[in-house]
Amino acid sequence: MNAVNLDPNTWLDRYGDILFRYSMARVRDKTIAEDLVQDTLLAAISAVDTYQGASTEQTWLVGILRHKVLDYFRKSARERPVWNELAMESDSDFDGEGSWARPVTDWETPEKAAERDEFWHVLRGCLDTLPDNLRTVFALRELDGLETDQLMATLDISTKNNLWVMLSRARKRVQRCLQTKWFERR
Amino acid sequence: MLTCKEISQLASESLDRTLTLRERFTLKIHLFRCDMCSRYVRQLKFLRRACADADVEQLTDAAELTGEARARIRNRLRRA
Repeated sequence: MNAVNLDPNTWLDRYGDILFRYSMARVRDKTIAEDLVQDTLLAAISAVDTYQGASTEQTWLVGILRHKVLDYFRKSARERPVWNELAMESDSDFDGEGSWARPVTDWETPEKAAERDEFWHVLRGCLDTLPDNLRTVFALRELDGLETDQLMATLDISTKNNLWVMLSRARKRVQRCLQTKWFERR
Repeated sequence: MLTCKEISQLASESLDRTLTLRERFTLKIHLFRCDMCSRYVRQLKFLRRACADADVEQLTDAAELTGEARARIRNRLRRA
């Protein structure tokens, strides 16, 4: 495939929804997700000449969107630097001695669960219960695979420790939520 | 000796950085004796794999651009 095959007129119809979903999985706000789709398509139109044909149209567009999403987080972290405020939470998962207050139960074969659509519905629900900052660090780390230094730079987080504590909290909440809402109900 | 609370933090960090030899040793010893932390570590690893392998359909509800948003974007693209 080469640049001649790109057909910007069909992008919105063919890839609009997939780009929108990609955005929603990361930013959660519908209006912002729509804007990101628009910005992506605009950027793609002006970058048509740079398309090398090494990837499919969709992969290329998602690649541009990925950058737009990170730009969005970079910008909002600068405008609203809430990232370094680590809320003191009382950790109800542990007792006074630092032992698990509620048991971590055996999930047996979670891979089987992941094959089911309902599991993903529950997981999405669990991600949506996270506060914004935890949801964002979790998504950028686990969905996009950003490394520590990239996350710190993008979200303007001042210390590695803060980031790692946030990631640990996010994971623990998701683990707890999945256990309660999925694995203990099977 | 680290508590389960501290181990849970270390287990999470093992997904974000390379633990020191000493940390790895501490973790191993604890996991050897603690079923719950062992499960927790397995579950975090499962979460990591599941999220990495998930496709965009699994990660969002079958969300679609509204007709309104679509029209707005189409208009904007025409002016590009």
